[in-house]
Amino acid sequence: MDNEKTKKKKKSSYITTSESRKITRFNRRITKKLEKKRESASKDPSLYTTKMKDPENVVEFDNVCTYFFTDVGVVKAVDGVNFNIPKCSTVGVVGESGCGKSVTSLSLMQLLQRPMGQTVGGEIRFNKGDGTAYNIVNTPNSVMEKIRGNKISMIFQEPMTSLNPIFKVGKQIDEVIILHNPEMEKEAVKERTLEMLDLVGIANKEGVYDMYPHELSGGMRQRICIAIALACSPTIIIADEPTTALDVTIQAQILDLLRNLKEKLNSSIMLITHDLGVVAGMADYVVVMYAGRIVEKGTAREIFHNPSHPYTIGLMKSKPVVGQKVEELYNIPGNVPNPVSMPNYCYFRDRCEMRCDKCDGAYPPEVKIGDTHIVSCYRYIDKGEVLGQPKSVDVEELINE
Amino acid sequence: MNEKVNASAPQFDKDDILVVNNLVKWFPIKAGFFKRTVGHVRAVDGVSFKIKRRQTMGLVGESGCGKSTCGRTILRLIPKTSGDIFFDGKNVSTLGKDEMRAMRTRMQIVFQDPYSSLSPRLPIGEIIGEAVREHKIVAPDQFDDYITMVMEACGLPEYYKERYPHEFSGGQRQRICIARALALSPEFIVCDEPVSALDVSIQAQIINLLKKLQQDFGLTYMFISHDLSVVEHISDIVGVMYLGDMVEYAETEKIFSAPLHPYTKALFSAIPIPDPDAKINRIILRGSIPSPANPPHGCKFHTRCDHCMEVCKYAAPQWKEVEPGHFCACHLYDNDEEKAKAEEIMAKEKAEGNTIENEAEVL
Repeated sequence: MDNEKTKKKKKSSYITTSESRKITRFNRRITKKLEKKRESASKDPSLYTTKMKDPENVVEFDNVCTYFFTDVGVVKAVDGVNFNIPKCSTVGVVGESGCGKSVTSLSLMQLLQRPMGQTVGGEIRFNKGDGTAYNIVNTPNSVMEKIRGNKISMIFQEPMTSLNPIFKVGKQIDEVIILHNPEMEKEAVKERTLEMLDLVGIANKEGVYDMYPHELSGGMRQRICIAIALACSPTIIIADEPTTALDVTIQAQILDLLRNLKEKLNSSIMLITHDLGVVAGMADYVVVMYAGRIVEKGTAREIFHNPSHPYTIGLMKSKPVVGQKVEELYNIPGNVPNPVSMPNYCYFRDRCEMRCDKCDGAYPPEVKIGDTHIVSCYRYIDKGEVLGQPKSVDVEELINE
Repeated sequence: MNEKVNASAPQFDKDDILVVNNLVKWFPIKAGFFKRTVGHVRAVDGVSFKIKRRQTMGLVGESGCGKSTCGRTILRLIPKTSGDIFFDGKNVSTLGKDEMRAMRTRMQIVFQDPYSSLSPRLPIGEIIGEAVREHKIVAPDQFDDYITMVMEACGLPEYYKERYPHEFSGGQRQRICIARALALSPEFIVCDEPVSALDVSIQAQIINLLKKLQQDFGLTYMFISHDLSVVEHISDIVGVMYLGDMVEYAETEKIFSAPLHPYTKALFSAIPIPDPDAKINRIILRGSIPSPANPPHGCKFHTRCDHCMEVCKYAAPQWKEVEPGHFCACHLYDNDEEKAKAEEIMAKEKAEGNTIENEAEVL
């Protein structure tokens, strides 16, 4: 009887006061526990140093689970994500808003809003370059501060809001350099800043050094953001929708710049975007995410010439392409499932037009259908090596540990 | 202000639902203690075009080029500075208060951001029905059925009527905005970037809905967008704007297969193509769009143009029909007579000692 009642309630998004209180209590307990666990794991360097599986990778995401403990329940924003970023290559992460692509990058930077957002499971390995690696999940803040902006840096979506309006742009670039190279002379810092401004294609570098952000246009501001990100020659740059707020012509400029810089600086780029066109022109590898999980990954050629997951196919068909006339655009029916109560079958099943009987089973395992091409779909289960399911973390178990 | 009179006298065709003639909208810049006008932002600076009934005109351009201002001025949401707008043969700008009120039901707008364009305090039924009641579109006893009919046409189930906007996702909200515009049974809808705030898969749903409604209700759209692939998909005619001017105007197929103006060429080559092997000759424009408060002298595009000639810096190009149905404003397509005229202007300007000051603005 009681069970039936709760089942009924689960269907609607309405939460009673007692339920809400229960969630809050649970959240408080679990976040406290996780914070404690993190603290103890970050005391000793040996606890957060591991080894890379493949030393040719810069970053390895190994079954990363990042959950948010919100007032309406646990939101599994990233749930068992596995992928690697090789040296000197661009990895594009594609998906709709709310699919967890930004949270994946924030997990790598440890910029999650703690204690609400927590990486509860998995490892994010970041290559130190000397054979060992940091496990970012357990790395304490004091060490992270030295990595952030130095080894891993980020370009944000809104150049209008990510620069400080009350400081001159030159000073904002200086700040990053001084922070990570405290022994550097003042003149040398300025020289380096001017060099960076030159690198990102600003002609009037001496003039721009003394300008405030409001004096610059959107494209110029994004160039400044890129200069800040590149100031310490990072090994990986996370570009979170770097061109979404810009016009097409400016977008072309910025993408061209990023492409050239990657070759010059030998950095890897993790490019997060929802625009398939941008990814096609930039990325070597593509990861397609849906509702917190990876549905398909492979090289850009594999994904664009041979899209295999129904979601990827739908995504490609729903965007009009210049020069290709279609009468009606394909649209993926329905909406993304509610992130608080994810189904226990394939997340895409209810919207999928190619579903079969097998799809009623558990979440589909990853299937390797090419050397680098991996799909999570039952339609390919006989067509390649089955690698196993993404592992989700049971929060109930976590609290009883 | 009248340095260029681009348009010929309006010719009325029964097919043309909207004729815009040399439309100008300048916003004054006020400064100082007495708020004196010190200059103007030339948002729309002499734009002329026509839209045929049941067709869709796409209006593209970079942000700040005046496409939204153009759409809003046509609907008289903001007063124009000069020029004429003829809707179905009537001059919109001279209509009185009551006439304009009646006209408003015939032309509607769908805004860009479905998150801020719906009142959070009204249920959906009221949002859609408010204007219907106000304009007495249907008899009071048929009101409920009518709203249900409109909602169903837009793919919204009837039980949404009692709900509030915050309960809906972006795509659903945009459907509500479309239903609100559609409820007044308009003939002409300005769609001001209706899909740019939405996800790709939701974008497709809304575009398909707009196309279906056009067929079912015989609507005419003016589709403002910066997403060229969407514009190509939905429009019959495309106008390209740059810094308040229209630089090119032609049928969609013509303009996409053979663009004439250097700006249009650069714009189209910048479209990202979802194919990793696609080799395109990208024309990358230098700098960014100059300030519309102080636009470059002569041709406004000359500061960023690859084909810039000496005349471009002094004489503004004429708006002319280069090929039948294909309008363009560029000195590259001048005939001998126009060339002579432009050179004459250049000589005159040079004699007066007008130097080019705008060069420094482009970084």
